[in-house]
Formats: sequence, C-alpha cells, structure tokens
Amino acid sequence: MTGAASWSFSENDFKQIQAHLQGFLRDSSARCALLVDRTGQLVATVGETPHFDPTAFASLTAADFSANDQLAKMIGEAEFASLVHQGEKESMYLADIAKRVILVVLFDQRATLGLVKLKAKAVVENLNKVFEEMFNRVGTGPAQQKGLLEGAEDEIDKLFG
Amino acid sequence: MSMINYASREINCKLVYYGPGLGGKTTNLEHIYGKVSPNTRGKMISLATETERTLFFDFLPVDLGTIRGFKTRFHLYTVPGQVYYNASRKLILKGVDGIVFVADSQLERMEANVESMQNLYDNMAEYGYDLTKIPFVIQYNKRDLPNAAPIKDLQAAINPGWPIEDATQQKATPDAAHPGESLVERVGGEWIGRAPYHEAVAVRGDGVFDTLKAVSKLVLKTLS
Ligand SMILES: Nc1nc2c(ncn2[C@@H]2O[C@H](COP(=O)(O)OP(=O)(O)O)[C@@H](O)[C@H]2O)c(=O)[nH]1
Ligand SMILES: [Mg+2]
Repeated sequence: MTGAASWSFSENDFKQIQAHLQGFLRDSSARCALLVDRTGQLVATVGETPHFDPTAFASLTAADFSANDQLAKMIGEAEFASLVHQGEKESMYLADIAKRVILVVLFDQRATLGLVKLKAKAVVENLNKVFEEMFNRVGTGPAQQKGLLEGAEDEIDKLFG
Repeated sequence: MSMINYASREINCKLVYYGPGLGGKTTNLEHIYGKVSPNTRGKMISLATETERTLFFDFLPVDLGTIRGFKTRFHLYTVPGQVYYNASRKLILKGVDGIVFVADSQLERMEANVESMQNLYDNMAEYGYDLTKIPFVIQYNKRDLPNAAPIKDLQAAINPGWPIEDATQQKATPDAAHPGESLVERVGGEWIGRAPYHEAVAVRGDGVFDTLKAVSKLVLKTLS
C-alpha cells in the first residue's frame, strides 16, 4: 500500500446500519448512537439529534480511541475493545467495530451502564458482520475509489481556480 | 483515508499539516478559519497547553465545493511539533489523504525542518504509506523574516528529490507555480521527483490558501 486506503458505503449499507442502531437504542434506552471511522469522520448518527458539533465530536472520539489503544499496548493489552466515560448526568460508551469504526453511545439516567453494555454486545456483533461484509465486497484499497471523479479533472481545476 | 458517503453525497478527506514546532501550522488553520464563510466550515478544535502550544492536534473541517454532485469536505489537522510528542503525531497521521509540510524558513530552524521531515517519512513508513506517492506539498513559511534562508537552500535541504524508478512516471514535469523549475526531471542519468512548494507568510495569510488548494487538488485527483 503506498497511500491511505479509502472506503465507501452505499445507501443500502446505510439503511442496514441504521436499522441495527435503532433497534439497539430502543432496547437500551440510550439517547443516541454515532458511528465514527478511525480517522475521525462521522459515518452515521441515529436517535436524538445531538446538540453539539458532530464533526468535532467525531474527530475527538477517534483521537480518544487511538490514544487509548496505545495506552492499552503500553500496559500489555492488545486493545481496549470498549471505553466508558461516566458523567453525573450524561455518559458515553465506545466500542470497536471491525477495527475500522467506533460505535459511540450517549446515554443518561434513563439507561444504565449495565443495560447499555449488555445490549451493545449484540449490536456490535451485528455491525461487525455488516462492516466486514461491506469491506469484503467493496474492498478498502486506494484503487477502489478510482474513477469516482473520472474525467472530472477540469471540474477540479475550476473549483480551485 | 477518503470516505465516500453515497447516502449524504459527501467525499471526506483528511489533510495533515506537519512540521517543526512553532513553524506556523496552527497559524495556517487559524487563517483559514478566519477567512472562510461560517457556512462552509465547522468549529475549530484545539487541544493545546495553557501556553497555546499544540498538545495533541488542531482540527478544522472545511467544505471546498461540490464536484459531480458530491460535497468535498476536508478535515484539516495539525500535529504538535515538539520531538517528545511523537506518539500523538503518529496517531494523527492515521488514514491521511494529503500532507502539508510547513517548514520554518529561518536559518536557525534548518536542522529542525530536516529532522521533522525525516520523522514524517519514518512515521508514514510505519503505517506502510509512501510519502513520495501520496499528495504532498511543502510550504516555506515566515518568508517575511530577515533571517529567512533562500528558497534554493531550503529546497536543497528539505526537498532534495527522490529517485523515480517507475518508468511511466519518468517524464519531465515543469513546476507550473515556479517557471524554470521542475517537479520531475532527469539529473545525470537519474530521474528525480520533488514535492511542489509554496512560499508563505501565514501570519498575514499570504500563501495559506495557495497551499491548501494545491494539496486538496492533488487529493481529489487521486480519485479521478
Ligand atoms: N514572522 C512570522 N511569524 C509567524 C508566521 N507564521 C507563524 N508565525 C508565528 O510563529 C509562532 C508559532 O506559530 P504556530 O502556528 O503556533 O506554530 P506551530 O507550532 O507550527 O503550530 C506564532 O507566534 C506565530 O504568530 C509568519 O509567516 N511570519
Ligand atoms: Mg501548533
């Protein structure tokens, strides 16, 4: 691999992901679930619309997860597959999906950490399957995206003057 | 790692501003933040120490326009320059699509520039990325200072060129931004390539958008 890998997902993948997350929110009473890719890009948001800047939130989530990954290695763990940040009213639970994506669950007193963890286990398994199938199907190599903007060189030149 | 979302019709790309401490990376982002319309950019996040030195990263998302019906969203990151922050620096490079190396033109920062460039190359190699094959632009910043080194000395030290072995890439390519100079040329019997560069005075904003446009264009062209 010479450059960074890239990936894409279709509207159909998106619908499947949403359906899994909606089921999870219902079962766990959590407020909202976000999927963030490991490079810090927001993939999906389901549930209550968060009242913070989701783009900034996504980049910080990825940084948080990567920093913890390194901390895990330093203390001799392969990884921390999940993380919990508990606040007085609002809390968040983060879990790894297929080593490429992070599930972030926001919940308040209406839910308990125990229930969120329990229900997350199933949704993580399901999402693992969805993403692995997706990556197998579309690949994640740099070549996969080639052609999306094929013939758009002029348009690119024009955009940047 | 560019991410294409067909559901929301967005292309998301990650750009990293790299370089020695105090070279002007954060200043580049601050200028962009101040100049682009609030509708096309998000919040700027800075994880900094009390003394305003970048601790983990600065982050700024900007939309640069629409191509083929896809919104092009660029996520700009800076890294902390200090040597001892290498672990954080490496994390930020994960999945990068394009790199801007902000060099400090001051004579006394020459060595720091070279060290940082070597560190960039090494960190990229650890991820299996080849710096010479991904969108990469150098910015010579602080051109306003009286102790700024001549561009040709900076080029010789920081951007001396790498050998091009791939025969399809061995064709003379003039540097459109600098008449008389080349991005790919034959020197002796060998083909060498160099990163395109831009001069800048980031505190005044000079050259900041030229640099951003140059690297963004290279990134989008990898998709075409
Ligand atoms: N004279 C001059 N100073 C600059 C220029 N760009 C940045 N600086 C100053 O250099 C210092 C370090 O800049 P900063 O952006 O924090 O560097 P970083 O460590 O690379 O993020 C600040 O005091 C800036 O105001 C420039 O083009 N000319
Ligand atoms: Mg900085």
